Amino acid sequence: MTTVRIPSPLRRYTNSQSKVQASGATVQELINNLEAEYPGVKSRLCDDSGQIKRYVNVFVNGNEIRTLQGPETPVAATDEISIVPAMAGGR
Amino acid sequence: MAYITSDQLLAKLRQEIKEISVHELADKLDKGEITLVDIRGRDEWDQGHISGAAHIPRGFLELQIETRQANRRKPIAVMCAGGVRSLLGARDLQTMGYRNVVSVAGGFSGWKNAGYPFVVPRTLTPEQRNRYARHIVMPEVGEEGQLKLMDASVLLIGAGGLGSPAAIYLAAAGVGRIGLVDFDVVDTSNLQRQIIHRLDDVDKPKVESAAHTIGQLNPDVSVIGHRTQITSQNAFNIISQYDIVINGSDNFPTRYLVNDACVLLGKPLVDASVLRFEGQVTVFDTTKGGPCYRCLYPDPPPPGEVPSCAEGGVLGVLPGIIGSLEALEAIKLILGQGDPLVGRLLQYDALDGEFRALNIAKNPACPVCGEHPTVTELIDYNQFCGVPPVEVVSANGAQAAVSA
Repeated sequence: MTTVRIPSPLRRYTNSQSKVQASGATVQELINNLEAEYPGVKSRLCDDSGQIKRYVNVFVNGNEIRTLQGPETPVAATDEISIVPAMAGGR
Repeated sequence: MAYITSDQLLAKLRQEIKEISVHELADKLDKGEITLVDIRGRDEWDQGHISGAAHIPRGFLELQIETRQANRRKPIAVMCAGGVRSLLGARDLQTMGYRNVVSVAGGFSGWKNAGYPFVVPRTLTPEQRNRYARHIVMPEVGEEGQLKLMDASVLLIGAGGLGSPAAIYLAAAGVGRIGLVDFDVVDTSNLQRQIIHRLDDVDKPKVESAAHTIGQLNPDVSVIGHRTQITSQNAFNIISQYDIVINGSDNFPTRYLVNDACVLLGKPLVDASVLRFEGQVTVFDTTKGGPCYRCLYPDPPPPGEVPSCAEGGVLGVLPGIIGSLEALEAIKLILGQGDPLVGRLLQYDALDGEFRALNIAKNPACPVCGEHPTVTELIDYNQFCGVPPVEVVSANGAQAAVSA
């Protein structure tokens, strides 16, 4: 199982957990499995065509997947996934 | 016990230490053949010295010489004001095993009287040397770095959660000119995190309240309050007056506006945001080949999808940490020290107690900093983000619909 870091705005889907475990050989598979476990998560990460939204970044071991193989980026059980959406708060 | 007078000591040293004239020194310095160590006191050095000389006051000579020249075989010239103390200094270096030490006869006075060039450094006042003592003692800052800070100018977008600690630390560090852009007035609900404002400041413009706090902290700092919303119309004019921009705004249109303006003007942008227990901070500097905000987030989220701090909340300490990191990154940029967070997003999760640095890449197809930019001037950012124009109170107090 791969560790996935969940950002604050998505924790309402994960029973407030900041870290969850998920399986999947690629980022795409992993997101689908996350959705099965925590319904609602996928629609916050992906658009209708299944592409990662352009204001969300997914990192595998600290590297953004657009610089790797996108949703097809392979994932190992020892990897750590970080989901980082745009946040605007500052004042 | 036998004793000798100081005159006898000097006569003895003149036999033992080789002396060179200021003309010989000029020749050796021209050829880069010698390390010049000026052992005069601070005041004497400040009144003028030879460019490129190492300044080690005599009391510290033996303790610090190795940081300037550790090789005992390399030639060293020791200089004082008139060529007397330098004999004593040269002897001390010989005691440490330096074999090729000379004393400059006539010293700095002789150099000056012979018409050779010298520099009079800009210096800190004794009060400033005391105030910034813990900066100056660090080799990465030193007096030179402190002067850089005092010459620098930083613009803060927002005098709120992130802007408060950033402004306070920049002012404490002696950053010479701090600009604040904020149209808002202080509200009691701000005081949970916006530490630059006080209860007495409620209902006062934030730029005035912040300027007052900074004035109390460090009167050397000049504060320029821009009591307005930053817009596509005024952004170039405001941002171009500063070296570095720190973003502490609270909405997406302003973030894209400030990003585009900084890319187009070639200004480094220290960017951060906070929500609940989480913060992120990075440095966008496309002049150094780094990514920009649009490389990281090509499109804004639809309105309402990502909660603001007003909707989602924020722990008051969190912007304190993240805003302080913004100030620190700005100071690194000013000093030219360390690795700035260019191409890295530092993420902090306060509940987990973890910082993570994530790599972010430049997007070659970025519409503003990519290979074929399509955004070459500022656009309507409210429209871009799909939000209606914001009602704001402008500087003259009139209600105005502003299109950011």
